[in-house]
Amino acid sequence: MSPVLAGVLQLLALIAALALAYRPLGDHMARVYSSDRHLRVEKWIYKGIGADPNTEMRRPAYLRGVLAFSAVSVLFLYLLQRIQGSLPGSLGFSSIDPDQAFNTAASFATNTNWQSYYGEQAMGHVVQTGGLAVQNFVSAAVGIAVAVALVRGFARSRTGELGNFWADLVRGTVRILLPLSVIAAIVLVACGVIQNFAGIHEVGQFTGGGQEWNGGAVASQEAIKEIGTNGGGYFNANSAHPFENPNAFSNLFEVFLLLLIPFALTRTFGRMVGSLRQGYAILATMATIWVGFICLMWWTEFAHHGPAFEIAGGAMEGKEARFGIGASSIFSISTTLTSTGAVDSFHSSNTGLGGGLNLLGMQLGEIAPGGTGSGLYGMLIMAVIAVFIAGLMVGRTPEYLGKKIGTREIKFAACYILITPTLVLVLTSLAMALPTPGDSMTNSGAHGFSEILYAYTSGANNNGSAFAGLNADTQWFNTTIGIAMLLGRFLPMVFVLALAGSLAEQKPVPATAGTLRTDKPLFAGLLVGAILIITGLTYFPALALGPLAEGLAS
Amino acid sequence: MNNSLTNTARLLWAGLRALAVLTVVTGILYPLAVTGVAQGLFPGKANGSEITSDGRVVGSSLIGQAYNLPLEKGQETPEPDLKWFQGRPRNGLGTNTANTRYKLILSGATNRSGDNADLIKWVKDAKAAVVEDNSTPDHEVKPSDVPADAVTSSGSGLDPHISPAYAGIQVHRIAERNGLSVAQVRRLVDEHTDGRILGFMGEPTVNVLELNIALKELVARS
Repeated sequence: MSPVLAGVLQLLALIAALALAYRPLGDHMARVYSSDRHLRVEKWIYKGIGADPNTEMRRPAYLRGVLAFSAVSVLFLYLLQRIQGSLPGSLGFSSIDPDQAFNTAASFATNTNWQSYYGEQAMGHVVQTGGLAVQNFVSAAVGIAVAVALVRGFARSRTGELGNFWADLVRGTVRILLPLSVIAAIVLVACGVIQNFAGIHEVGQFTGGGQEWNGGAVASQEAIKEIGTNGGGYFNANSAHPFENPNAFSNLFEVFLLLLIPFALTRTFGRMVGSLRQGYAILATMATIWVGFICLMWWTEFAHHGPAFEIAGGAMEGKEARFGIGASSIFSISTTLTSTGAVDSFHSSNTGLGGGLNLLGMQLGEIAPGGTGSGLYGMLIMAVIAVFIAGLMVGRTPEYLGKKIGTREIKFAACYILITPTLVLVLTSLAMALPTPGDSMTNSGAHGFSEILYAYTSGANNNGSAFAGLNADTQWFNTTIGIAMLLGRFLPMVFVLALAGSLAEQKPVPATAGTLRTDKPLFAGLLVGAILIITGLTYFPALALGPLAEGLAS
Repeated sequence: MNNSLTNTARLLWAGLRALAVLTVVTGILYPLAVTGVAQGLFPGKANGSEITSDGRVVGSSLIGQAYNLPLEKGQETPEPDLKWFQGRPRNGLGTNTANTRYKLILSGATNRSGDNADLIKWVKDAKAAVVEDNSTPDHEVKPSDVPADAVTSSGSGLDPHISPAYAGIQVHRIAERNGLSVAQVRRLVDEHTDGRILGFMGEPTVNVLELNIALKELVARS
């Protein structure tokens, strides 16, 4: 069997598995966020928080909950790293420096998981398991909560009430992320992912001597790393490390996990707005872009243009033999089209155009299918933009799901889509203009520029993958990427919730013959077009200087 | 003003309590429960899939290692021990810098782009070395026979596998250096070649450590 055919079969198997999980998981999530009942364990948790899960929150209260919880998360994670040196169970590792601790705290609390540290030499058991892995859960639950609040904005009328943040946070964690993670972690251990609390120990070698390893709760972290579209590796090599991703099955399973919730949320959305077909249109848009990108990635990676790859006879640099090019391409597209950022191959050593696809995937706003929650709300914002464009063409006030998209709504949507490009392009220009940041580059020329563009694209879009030749552990990068991650996560949420509140206050408009049908293939096509055009126009000059220049030269 | 300050404080306090409770659930109970199940059901795998040979742990079947000759005086980079099957290059591996009392290996890739001068040189040198090392008096390896995985570093730097093609071009060398017949070594490689999982997942591979252990046993027997 040729590697290309094996790649296609792996993609088909992945699609089949996702399709099987789509209905039960999507419906389950809809029930979770619509139910009036509380589990006993949830009641204990609410008691611990001191919150009443039955109070409905309007937009300001919901937003305050999101921001307060996230602020506390950043602060706690920062302090935990700063005192690591004095904590027991830290493998004797020292405390993390302030700039790196800030960067990492911002990174994990924003669901980014950008890592300027080396996992195996920096973070002990307490920080990894009690700090970083906890944020893997809760930052994902916050993302889903905000998405659900937006969906309620579409589904509800004349109220302005968006649900209860604490209830959404706890339910997402307890009823969705935790059970999925337990099952996934055990499957991963069965494949060979390690799960222990061993200290640093020496293991013998074949030709004598030994190698030193630290143990860790890797499988439990790996599971939520993918399910919560987080992506922060226990080890520096992330999912390329055999202890995180031992074989081709675990590899495909990890891709399945990181796509599971983002795709299924479109069903949850359809359920909650009372029209499954609306969910399918969003799903079709996401799936079209995702499959299209994977095919493009195969095309460029199998063709392996680039001097070093042509001498080698294949683009295997940075790729593991057990995965090969087919599976690595599926992983690398899936991780950059979601907000995961886990890697099973190193994107910096992709072909020029392949690295460009990774960059473009993130620049689309990570909406195909995107991060847990953030993918759905990002895509719904694009849908609002698309109906607005369609409305302009025919000269009607645009409507989406029975809600008028008026001046206020379109302003919120426009602000949303301006935030990350502004952060990415301004910070990239600054880093290029200043004398010292460029010293962090490993590669020169177009690829060196791509390293920096990639870093800010990944940070501001909360992805977390890297063109890792860039030495990002400098005060400049730790600070600016940290800020990009925080603003790139929470400013969009402000506008999403503002939009949600505004929609929930409206009374529904009855559909007429002139209403644009947003549950049809035509609309999915329009949406794909709008996404590609808006992103293309925004980033084309930057992409031309980096990956396009590199890809076209080889 | 006072009122809003109190409100903010109350909100942050709620946030802190939520984080504390959820940390207990997801940061303590969850990993401990998974560890319990993992250690109960799959102790070997949960602890790193270690392999023993002659009653001694010789590594993990998942972690690639170097098969080098001992360093001689004044030598900085060790020479490969050509008696054994060789794995992929590992130019991206690092040594730890933060806690230097340990000799931890830092997994990692080279992160070099296709037009990077270092990478072009590494690949060229590796290719020349593979051709030279594996050509024996009665068998010449051509540059076009060398597969890509033989001259590129993996993502982790710890790739435990090589492609069957790379194992195949090492067969004549291994046979010559160990006094075995080519057919014997070829059979050994075939026995240690794993196809794609379920016929389509990933790529066919040869686990270098397992192959070398089997080779050692074969040499001891013959």
